[in-house]
Amino acid sequence: MKNRLKVLRAERDWTQAQLASALEVSRQTVNAIETGKFDPSLTLAFRVARLFDMSIEAIFDDGEDAGAA
Amino acid sequence: MSAAETRPSGFDASNRHHTLRLAQWTGAWLITVALAVFGAEFLWDGNVTLSVLAISLQIAVGAGMILANKRHLLNLDELQQRIQLEAMAITLGITLIAGIAYSSLDIVNVIASDAEISYLVMLMGITYLVSLLFVRRRYL
Repeated sequence: MKNRLKVLRAERDWTQAQLASALEVSRQTVNAIETGKFDPSLTLAFRVARLFDMSIEAIFDDGEDAGAA
Repeated sequence: MSAAETRPSGFDASNRHHTLRLAQWTGAWLITVALAVFGAEFLWDGNVTLSVLAISLQIAVGAGMILANKRHLLNLDELQQRIQLEAMAITLGITLIAGIAYSSLDIVNVIASDAEISYLVMLMGITYLVSLLFVRRRYL
């Protein structure tokens, strides 16, 4: 699953450690999500979305076409 | 994000606390194991009552260690929990297969000595550490 976490973090000039602290996870988890090696749970995805004040779909992209039946 | 927020988070502090607790319980359990094994030989000269008491203490402290480990695992974040799960699954599988094979070798008299559980515990520890390192590397 692709995501915009690294871009959003860079826009705010936050380090991975700062983002990890805000999300209450380890820095390794933030790094693994940013590099696409780990997909977060829905709970963590909601926490990320709340932190950036965006919708989950605006941050995470599962590659599925939303218009597809 | 302010400089104050770069300090160790509640998550990090809680993680350290639970890891330290687990280390303390593990240390205490090791002491009770040593007490039960060496106490019978060097302290109470094979007294059965004292040996049973020492082994009961070992089991009680072991139960504390299990609970501390459970709390430690539940306190980890979801990626760390997954890493632990994968490492423990590998450890369980290898220990089960190797343990049964080792026992079979003893039963059919392929090995000269009796099968020792200590070898299995050593294999379990080494497998867990190695698989933890390998699984962690996959998410770096």
